[in-house]
Amino acid sequence: MEWEVVIGLEIHAQLKTASKIFSAASTQFGAEPNTQACLVDLGYPGVLPVLNGDAVRMAVRFGLASHSSIAPRSIFARKNYFYPDLPKGYQISQYELPVVHDGWVDVVLDDGSRKRVGITRAHLEEDAGKSLHEDFHGLTGIDLNRAGTPLLEIVSEPDMRSAKEAVAYMKLIHQLVRYLDICDGNMQEGSLRCDANISVRPMGRHEFGTRAEIKNLNSFRFIERAINYEAERQIDIIESGGSVVQETRLYDSGKDETRPMRSKEEANDYRYFPDPDLLPLKIEEQTVESIRADLPELPWEKRDRFVESYGLSDYDAGVLTTARSTADYFETVASGGADAKLAANWVMGELAGALNKAGIEIENSPVGPDALRGLLSRIADETISGKIAKEVFESMWAGEGSADEIIDGKGLRQITDSSAIQSVIDQVLADNPQQLEQYRAGKVKLLGFFVGQVMKATRGQANPAQVNDLLRRSLDG
Amino acid sequence: MALTRRQVENIANLARLEITEEEIPAFVENLSGIIDLVDQLNAAQTDHVEPMAHPLNMVQPLRDDRVTEIDERDVFQANASQLESGLYLVPKVIE
Repeated sequence: MEWEVVIGLEIHAQLKTASKIFSAASTQFGAEPNTQACLVDLGYPGVLPVLNGDAVRMAVRFGLASHSSIAPRSIFARKNYFYPDLPKGYQISQYELPVVHDGWVDVVLDDGSRKRVGITRAHLEEDAGKSLHEDFHGLTGIDLNRAGTPLLEIVSEPDMRSAKEAVAYMKLIHQLVRYLDICDGNMQEGSLRCDANISVRPMGRHEFGTRAEIKNLNSFRFIERAINYEAERQIDIIESGGSVVQETRLYDSGKDETRPMRSKEEANDYRYFPDPDLLPLKIEEQTVESIRADLPELPWEKRDRFVESYGLSDYDAGVLTTARSTADYFETVASGGADAKLAANWVMGELAGALNKAGIEIENSPVGPDALRGLLSRIADETISGKIAKEVFESMWAGEGSADEIIDGKGLRQITDSSAIQSVIDQVLADNPQQLEQYRAGKVKLLGFFVGQVMKATRGQANPAQVNDLLRRSLDG
Repeated sequence: MALTRRQVENIANLARLEITEEEIPAFVENLSGIIDLVDQLNAAQTDHVEPMAHPLNMVQPLRDDRVTEIDERDVFQANASQLESGLYLVPKVIE
């Protein structure tokens, strides 16, 4: 039987505020344990939460960018459960009236097609602390620095039909929150993570199958693997006559499998109710409009514009706009008069390769956009060939100076003087009478050999087009 | 509406309250009484009443995003029963 996989994601994005959602403690990652956990975060009796205005504005930013409705009035609720990394015994979240609801985003798939994914809701909540299970003589260590960090939980409709679609959607949200500057997107540090709801059904059937929820996936690769494993597992169960149990599961990346997380007796019963410590959150139309006016160009807008104004392919525009910093770099190069396609190739090729190898972010590139433009303009005006340019780029990367300084200093200027090239050609032909004879006897592929000899004799500096042209004439003449 | 013994045990478990066998009947009676009271409230006609999320007719004030808390870990941890490397230690929570 053919099966269809149905996937919905709940993505948790840590908002990039300086202080926590309900307290004025720092959210900085990596501090000494419990040095950023104040009385509110520790859940001491008598403390009151006070809502961080920037967390609200960031949620609205996301809502507007994802074509969602912004609730003029939303409510904070208590989600009750006991766990040591949640000292209050409840998490402040939103339940019935979330701040953002009913939106959508269009995801570009590998084959270039677009897929619309619905956003059911996005609500504000607080993150929990961290439990460290290793190495405390049979006890668990608790670090509450993360407790109270603002989260935006973005819940999608069950619109995805494969692991690849789910990853493409996750990548889009990752890109979007970074464009909006509301989350740093650092998945290794847990700034962006997701739970996947997965079910399977016979192809063509309308009703959903029973779903399992895979918790805490923190890399694109794990999302893809966990979904594929889980879908297979469910299909195997059904095909061998069993039925899928609705449960929460964990993905074990070491074993590449999912396994149940909580037993059924402890089935979740969160007993949500409005938090009496917080008043209803009211968002005025005027506030929404001022946030809308302040939205940056969104990834898909930038992508379309790059195709239109720079004549790039949709694919290249997609790669260049993956991160705002890369797009900005490219535009600084291209808008300064460099050939856009050449600029795109260099940014995605040599530059990306060098950055990757050195593990450097593009904003810290030792070769800045103006410097790269300087190099590209020397290719465009035929001072150097593309091949020599790579050599110059390496020197620029090593901090040896600007493109012009390196070209002049190393004498790399391209030879475009026809008579100079011709005299080298004459010499090469004279030095290789045997090959010349073979060529003239019909072995035309020896042209490459002669080109190589001429380039070698000029240390790669002869203009390749001219060399080809003049060589043909000499050989055929 | 009367609660069952099972429901009371479940509520106690969710609230992490230890209750004895002997206490259960009293809890069943008391809590069922509260449910009855809620049922009476449910009978009231509220079709034209806007649901209230808070007894105060005010909206949530917002705080500026500024860090004003300082590190007072030593003070807060003075009454913790077990500590190590700045962490609170608790009974193991994962098998």
